[in-house]
Amino acid sequence: MKRYDLIVIGAGPAGLSAAAEAASHGLEVVVFDENEKPGGQLFKQIHKFFGSKEHKAKIRGFRIGEDLLRDAEEKGVRVVLDSVVCGLYQDREVLVQTGEKVVHYKADAVIVATGASENMVPFDGWTLPGVIGAGAAQTMMNLHGIKPGKKIVMLGSGNVGLVVSFQLLQAGCEVLAVVDASPRVGGYGVHAAKLARCGVPFHLSHTVIEASGEESVERVTIGQVDKNWQIVEGTEKTFDADTLCLAVGLSPMSQLLKMAGCEMKDTPLGFVPRCDSLGRTSIPGIFVAGDVSGIEEASAAMIEGRISGAAAAEYLGFLDTSLLDETLGRFEMALQSLREGMFAPGMRGKEIRETEEGIPVSTSLLEQGYLGDDELERFPGVVEQRDAVRPVIECTQNIPCNPCQDACKKGCISIGEKITSLPVVNSEGKCTACGMCVAACSGQAIFLVDESFESGYASVTLPYEFYPLPEAGDRGRALDRSGKEICDAEVVEIKSLKAFDSTNLLTMKVPLSYAGQARFFRR
Amino acid sequence: MRIKTHPILGEQSHKEEVSFSYNGKQMKGLEGEPIMVALRAAGVMVHRFTGKDHRPRGVFCAIGRCTDCVMVVDGKPNVRTCVTPLREGMKVQTQYGVSTGEKVG
Repeated sequence: MKRYDLIVIGAGPAGLSAAAEAASHGLEVVVFDENEKPGGQLFKQIHKFFGSKEHKAKIRGFRIGEDLLRDAEEKGVRVVLDSVVCGLYQDREVLVQTGEKVVHYKADAVIVATGASENMVPFDGWTLPGVIGAGAAQTMMNLHGIKPGKKIVMLGSGNVGLVVSFQLLQAGCEVLAVVDASPRVGGYGVHAAKLARCGVPFHLSHTVIEASGEESVERVTIGQVDKNWQIVEGTEKTFDADTLCLAVGLSPMSQLLKMAGCEMKDTPLGFVPRCDSLGRTSIPGIFVAGDVSGIEEASAAMIEGRISGAAAAEYLGFLDTSLLDETLGRFEMALQSLREGMFAPGMRGKEIRETEEGIPVSTSLLEQGYLGDDELERFPGVVEQRDAVRPVIECTQNIPCNPCQDACKKGCISIGEKITSLPVVNSEGKCTACGMCVAACSGQAIFLVDESFESGYASVTLPYEFYPLPEAGDRGRALDRSGKEICDAEVVEIKSLKAFDSTNLLTMKVPLSYAGQARFFRR
Repeated sequence: MRIKTHPILGEQSHKEEVSFSYNGKQMKGLEGEPIMVALRAAGVMVHRFTGKDHRPRGVFCAIGRCTDCVMVVDGKPNVRTCVTPLREGMKVQTQYGVSTGEKVG
């Protein structure tokens, strides 16, 4: 039987990070993954990640995946693909099926990083072709270059639902509605806002009643839900949609751990193994990392992987216990900073009325998906300055993210030490309209507004990630934050720099009185 | 249905075109892409019908987990078309229950 120092199950962000970390301490490591390609879901993530520099913020997920894979390979990690781990037994015996063959392996330590699977929700017609998981939509469009459908209804307004809806627009699909039974948008407000200004309507306190059609989805009917989650009669709306995308949460894939006899617990984050902050389960030598121990996101999973990898190295004597503490200190701080703010794991289900700064949160953002015109000025990302160009930062929730602060070399933007703090625009800073902050903002929440642009006209610069790209001179309409056409607009400049990483900066000219509302351009 | 150029991912990487048959009809797809992708590009949504109730099923998870997209491929039933690469000359058939027959016992 082939032996390894460490077997890692799952080659996603957590597993690859764990493997690379352990290998860097000298362990012989193999990673098994059931998929044809490594990286887990990272290669489907085409948006820029949140966090700070150490979390690889403002880098698109698939590039993080490429870096991670290279790192693991350079450290000598062996990644075995198309191989399903179907058993985890006593004394860390691992059963792996590759094709028709089943092989036994043994390891001195095992790290389980199997991730999570998508939840399902039943309704009439839930098995019809055309009802797909949000992950399936990402797989089809971002990995295989095919649209999942033409007209799509998204159920779920968490970050997955919002991010995938935006990616559907980028792929050229029409998103007819984002629907959620909750009365408030579940994911980041900035993700909702970038959909809303493209004209995607939010139907909160609504759920799907039925998906219908002859042999595949042709119509999706939704209805409003009352306090007891029952449909309110007479509120039904029907969309002519060919696809219904479900983004209704994830569940940890912890079956192997249960099989191995690890102590398990039922938590709001799923059915997960009992483990400590180093990923050690109740069975010595079996560790966990990433979503399998509780649903978070890829940035946290990568750090958890590093921690478990180091812990496994220490467990096997490859890393001195005193050095472990030093290594871990760095990782734990990075992890902690991701777990703060309004969307921290401990905040789930709580209603938040004020930001950390004591500013009342935007109710319009939570209930409609966009900021109300009268709500913006109470936030520190907005300053009164009519005589020069300035950044307007529509970032109003405490989320762990700070690339805008590093992007500005002119001292216009500050967040401070705590990365969940709201960005502050300093009116003393000399904005040169370089646009780096606009492109760096993973939430696409920064605009450059110049009310001194031309007599009677203002310019608004916005992030633009769609094809076909408009050209300077194109005339069209400006849309407000809700996606409503408000005035005529003319594109005055399109800036596409390598440093912007595929985020184009579109500058449009609008009548001065619309400078505060115009946030999107449509030809 | 294919995305020719993408604002973030750019041009699709080039893959050779291959022929395959779907229920006896000749179709084109790209070498190595999941069978499901070639079918979707051709507008095929129904991959199988359930045995008892004859209900249509198609792709749900697209990562080989849910098994809703299984079809009869080269005579073998229960092939997950979302994770099985397309090859030249493949014979892809709608699955009824666990076979290619309309009637399921």
